[in-house]
Amino acid sequence: MSFINYSSREINCKIVYYGPGLCGKTTNLKYIFGNTAPDAKGKMISLATETDRTLFFDFLPLSLGEIQGFRTRFHLYTVPGQVFYNASRKLILKGVDGVVFVADSQIDRMEANIESLDNLRENLADQGYDLDRIPYVVQYNKRDLPEIAPVEELRPLLNPGGVPEFEGEATNGRGVFATLKAIAKLVFMELKRSRGT
Amino acid sequence: MAGADTVIFEEEFAKINAVCDRLRGEANALVVFIVDKNGQLISASGETEHLDTTSLASLTAGNVAATGGIAKLLKEKEFATQFHEGEKANIHIQIVGQRVILVVIFDTRSSLGLVRLRVRKASEELNKVFDSLVEKAKKPGAMSVLEEITDEDIENLFNE
Ligand SMILES: Nc1nc2c(ncn2[C@@H]2O[C@H](COP(=O)(O)OP(=O)(O)OP(=O)(O)O)[C@@H](O)[C@H]2O)c(=O)[nH]1
Ligand SMILES: [Mg+2]
Repeated sequence: MSFINYSSREINCKIVYYGPGLCGKTTNLKYIFGNTAPDAKGKMISLATETDRTLFFDFLPLSLGEIQGFRTRFHLYTVPGQVFYNASRKLILKGVDGVVFVADSQIDRMEANIESLDNLRENLADQGYDLDRIPYVVQYNKRDLPEIAPVEELRPLLNPGGVPEFEGEATNGRGVFATLKAIAKLVFMELKRSRGT
Repeated sequence: MAGADTVIFEEEFAKINAVCDRLRGEANALVVFIVDKNGQLISASGETEHLDTTSLASLTAGNVAATGGIAKLLKEKEFATQFHEGEKANIHIQIVGQRVILVVIFDTRSSLGLVRLRVRKASEELNKVFDSLVEKAKKPGAMSVLEEITDEDIENLFNE
């Protein structure tokens, strides 16, 4: 549900980073925040617990440049990944324009990934969205760690639909901007498609 | 896709801004702003230079969403009004027509009673404006800017 203001000539969109607890959603946003020019970003807000787990959401507003004379802004949100915060996750998905699923590549997190993906699909369906039809990309994060599953094994479980996918190391930034660009592109393509007929 | 996009046109934007400005004057408030339920700032009036209005908008919407979640659990439709009292500033948050959020920040130069009274009037005015916006956005061609987006535009976003 983008926000378009013809008077101030702005298009604003909402992107949500989803995924199991500790997969690196907040780290993605922190890296983007740390590596974006000051005039292209606002403040990053983190509503977190004392142990730095996301409690409600992280929020980062970004400006991307102009399209057809309109300034484009992205509002990036992360959800809290811990299972028991589901009510909050549902709220944050409201009005979403695109979703990034951040998977934790570690072998022992496979169940958590699958559970989180099922949960995403369900929560989207609750709001009338179909995961197979909205702008959506997958990031296999933590590729720098030793005990990880090969992407060929992750793909059939976490990306059977074959949406754009990226390997990530959010702590050092690998794949972070590639993921963001991909979702931003899909969101604009969808905006165009949904209105272009 | 679920729901409709929020679209604001010139004419309505001017009206919304006027309601904001008037409310701030009549309620003796420091700042008045309007946010859509997804956290996008629509309009702001008052001394906003030193305020991070983008963050305020997102947090207000988050707050309203969380309160709405609580309402649902209690089988209430919504809690349309919230009021937080601080030492220097107070904040009054009102959901208008179940779609936008009207926020008034005020200090001792005003009072909760006055703010409530003025917010009620402003809400009615805003409802009318947003009703007409919904109608307008349905008309063909309303979203023409989106139809004109080219693949090149999208590529160029990242080539700066
Ligand atoms: N080695 C490595 N560690 C990572 C990577 N990405 C994130 N981490 C670490 O994983 C931990 C959790 O990262 P967060 O970004 O807070 O995880 P989250 O997904 O936001 O977790 P919740 O808020 O609980 O949902 C932190 O200690 C990060 O430094 C990565 O690519 N490689
Ligand atoms: Mg987090």
